[in-house]
Amino acid sequence: MENLIDLDSAYGPSEDVVAREIEGEIIIVPLVSGIGDMEDELYTLNETGRAVWLRLDGLRPLRAVVSELAVEFDAPADRIEEDVVGLLGELVRRKMVVRKG
Amino acid sequence: MSQAGKSFARRVPAARAGLWKTGRPLLARLDIELTERCNNDCVHCSINLPAGDDAARRREMSATGIKSILEEAASLGCLSVRFTGGEPLLRDDFEDIYLAARRLGLKVRIFTNATKITPRLAALLKSVPPLEKLEVSVYGMTAESGLAVTRNPRSFEAARRGIGLLVEHGVPFVVKGVVLPSTVNEMDRFEAWVRELPSRDGRPSYAMLFDLRSRRDDEAKNGRIRGLRIGPRDYVRLASRWGEGHALELRAFVARSAGLRGDRLFTCLADAGSIDAYGRFQVCLPLRHPDTVHDLKAGSLKDAVGKFLPKVRDMRAANPAYLERCGRCFLKDLCLQCPAKSWAEHGTLDTPLEYFCAVTHAQGVLIGVLAEGETAWTVADWPARIERLASPGDHERRAQAGGPAECGGDNPWKT
Repeated sequence: MENLIDLDSAYGPSEDVVAREIEGEIIIVPLVSGIGDMEDELYTLNETGRAVWLRLDGLRPLRAVVSELAVEFDAPADRIEEDVVGLLGELVRRKMVVRKG
Repeated sequence: MSQAGKSFARRVPAARAGLWKTGRPLLARLDIELTERCNNDCVHCSINLPAGDDAARRREMSATGIKSILEEAASLGCLSVRFTGGEPLLRDDFEDIYLAARRLGLKVRIFTNATKITPRLAALLKSVPPLEKLEVSVYGMTAESGLAVTRNPRSFEAARRGIGLLVEHGVPFVVKGVVLPSTVNEMDRFEAWVRELPSRDGRPSYAMLFDLRSRRDDEAKNGRIRGLRIGPRDYVRLASRWGEGHALELRAFVARSAGLRGDRLFTCLADAGSIDAYGRFQVCLPLRHPDTVHDLKAGSLKDAVGKFLPKVRDMRAANPAYLERCGRCFLKDLCLQCPAKSWAEHGTLDTPLEYFCAVTHAQGVLIGVLAEGETAWTVADWPARIERLASPGDHERRAQAGGPAECGGDNPWKT
């Protein structure tokens, strides 16, 4: 699945989920059935996931997100890229994020 | 930053409360009474008005008003809303309100009698799931026993049709029974039927310890409700009908909750609130005492939760009888006496309630922390009794044994 993530594409939250930020937590609430693995579960993101999620605006290519995170976290871009692709693979598989362009 | 090999997204069961790593939101849960009206006229009901009560209907909040409250609730961090009534599905705009809640990222609990579930609504609940199981109250296993409860000749058939639609569409739900003279002999049959339901969720819960009218609007009906209440010993007997699971649950609960509450009235108000059918904020739905109701026309939901609710939470008991008995009772958290029930029965917040007191004492005898005839508020050595009660393994046995849970919350016996 990770191989399907295109770093030159922009990704954004699916319209089938509602993402909320409550007390510093990103909570992803399924709106329609078929999101994730179970019918009645919510999702939260870890700190890494949160940093990426907040930059998924559907406009910037993923590669730009990686560059921005590499600067902000002062970490090698290839490590950041690995994480971002991993997260996107997971979120796309769960239908929480879609490719926007 | 690397998280290689780890999952970035954590699944959280929708019903789980402990979602927050740090602080909790100002308002985590909200109950909204969409209407007081109901198409049933249940003999034991503490709230219902006739379905055709146009005066009540005209006073109810509009869909726009409800959506506005939902939006503010979501902005305060609310994650879960319960729609109840009366019968919430009586409202023609229910789907509109429901979808508004879900689009705000709220989980929705729906309390219903299932009689108004249509193919369209069942399909909607499947495609846009509430993320909480519907809670369906079932009144009788036959048309005859159902009629004796609901006094609506069309209710039994309509409810079965509605439940059938939920099954057909794969909408998760649980059913709740009621123990009344017309249904008490149907419990085995009811439970066998529940076992055959596709989304059964353990043993069903039962309403047994009925509340009086929370509007204090019908003393004649209150008299009838009192007459329908099961005796304390019979309650213990029925609650124990699945074996020792009930006693184990009781022991575990009492072991962790026993203590003296003194003049503290509220032990249950945390990060939740309620809105009645007419747009008034209440600290909990059955509690209609004027001192605990806040008109949202006079302020925001944020004010109600952030300023009004803490004041109510700090209210203290002053009734000498309460302070003498309830304030010194080590089983206070087990007892169903609370300001809402005190209000319904006596028009006060702090009156001991003989019926619930008797039920609690019967439970205390069952688990051996009280002797027959002993009063809990006179027991000086209660810490030692609790120490003996909290033997290792109680929690494990409790988890394995299961048992009846009449309602939610930490205390499975609270309604």
